[in-house]
Amino acid sequence: MKAGTMNIDKIRADFPILGLQVSGKPLVYLDNAASSQMPQTVIDRIVRYQKEEHSNIHRAVHYLSELATKQYEDARIKVQHFLKAKESREIIFTRGTTEAINLVMHGYGRAFIGKGDEIILSALEHHANIVPWQMLAQEKGAVLRVIPMNDAGELLIDKFEALFNEKTKFMALSHVSNALGTINPVKQMTAFAHRHGVPVLLDGAQAAPHQSLDMQDLDCDFYAFSGHKMCGPTGIGVLYGKAKMLEKMQPYQGGGDMILSVTFEKTTYNVIPAKFEAGTPPIMAAIGLGTAIDYLNGIGLAKIEAYEKELLDYATERVSALKDVRIIGTAKHKAAVLSFEIKGVHPHDVGTILNEDGVAIRTGHHCAQPVMQFYGVPATARASFAFYNTRQEIDKLADGILKVQEMFS
Amino acid sequence: MTDMRQLYQEVILDHNRKPRNWGAIPGANRHADGHNPLCGDHIKLSVNVRDDKIEAIAFEGHGCAICKASASMMTGAVKGKAVQEAETMVEEFRSMATGTLDPDKAEHHLGKLKIFAGVKDLPSRVKCAILPWHTLHAALHAESSISTEGEADPVPGTAIGGQ
Repeated sequence: MKAGTMNIDKIRADFPILGLQVSGKPLVYLDNAASSQMPQTVIDRIVRYQKEEHSNIHRAVHYLSELATKQYEDARIKVQHFLKAKESREIIFTRGTTEAINLVMHGYGRAFIGKGDEIILSALEHHANIVPWQMLAQEKGAVLRVIPMNDAGELLIDKFEALFNEKTKFMALSHVSNALGTINPVKQMTAFAHRHGVPVLLDGAQAAPHQSLDMQDLDCDFYAFSGHKMCGPTGIGVLYGKAKMLEKMQPYQGGGDMILSVTFEKTTYNVIPAKFEAGTPPIMAAIGLGTAIDYLNGIGLAKIEAYEKELLDYATERVSALKDVRIIGTAKHKAAVLSFEIKGVHPHDVGTILNEDGVAIRTGHHCAQPVMQFYGVPATARASFAFYNTRQEIDKLADGILKVQEMFS
Repeated sequence: MTDMRQLYQEVILDHNRKPRNWGAIPGANRHADGHNPLCGDHIKLSVNVRDDKIEAIAFEGHGCAICKASASMMTGAVKGKAVQEAETMVEEFRSMATGTLDPDKAEHHLGKLKIFAGVKDLPSRVKCAILPWHTLHAALHAESSISTEGEADPVPGTAIGGQ
């Protein structure tokens, strides 16, 4: 099957796990917003690193240490180019998006946000972009202000603009909502925040795998994402930060690698990015992420974005044609996420029954309980697509929903 | 896995549609609320215990089909039983759902409830099935509320969260 210029059969063959049988049926993996699958090239790269290149980095002068250090730093440069960051020192490797956000909360928030200051978040944030700021607000006596949204799951821009005042000190906003798929107009919102002198962190966990990114164009101060949602391994994520921001921040964790000199009286911190990478980092995972970026670039993010849009349009058409199914999140600009509810059936029952046909979707609150509260549901069923999914798989999803309705009728 | 389909088709859907012992008992002397914060399952149980016997029991709330069917069948099974007998069933059900009791091999008092044995293969659904039983245990011990998280967690580490 061909879709545009993408050869989907060939792409699917790159992912060994897509050949798996689940419950005796071919796996239909529609849980990509939770974690994507890994192509053979990334698996091979990880294996090669462990077999031929592994050592600790930035430490010894021996062959393996030099080699591992080079591969790790090359991965940083790949991320730099992926994000169109100005310099590779603006790329901090973290454990994932969550740690990246926590790093900013500790390093920037605790140093520059104080009593009575206001932090702007949005109604569709993932818990990872709520709870750290709530912890900071509690510690400092700061206040969280929330950008409201409409029933489609789109942020209300006039209400957003009205939130700014002289006490506003930070904005933390998701680029793409994980529960609803909404793509926020982050470039415009960042520009508005900057006109008020407010720095901006974008949670890009759901955006990074699905569209090309340009930090110079977005102009955000911080951008966070995870490797495992973009065909890379778990345990690796990225915090991009403008150098001038990272330089004035406090370290996040203390330890080896983040120091220049240590005495019992005083420690001098290393320069960025090392200042924020205490201890031995996930070297293998960082190198794997670099290869995942190569893989995605090889297909082309513009092609991926266009193909996934086709998938989303097809899935929306199929699912919205079904009786008694409500799609939750109908923003005009959406990533390939389809949250839905079947009248009279709890989402967990939907998930269990679909699993019987090998169809893997996510059910639950998606770590976005405020979003669930907004729609008055305890949970939703969510299908999320990647460039290796097909229209036939969406047909299986629609068939599965019909089967659920039949069973519950 | 076929067990799950049978479980749904034959029994659960019937109890989900027509839950038995639905509602609240006016003047009940034992109450408990069971809550699974991860799914939003919520069971309110009222029980009348007299002379150490469960004289009446009813439930209401909302949740998935597995949770509602488990509650519905549980109320039918423990009605008229001595408190101690009910407690034994709570223990047995818990062991069966977590896979430590095989209802086809070991002795038990669960009767028809053994159809829930299939949930042991789906750790994320174990809590749904066990919630009513934990709530019953709490009611019999005069605890007012119970959550599937924390110490009462039947399957630690299976929390449904994340992206």
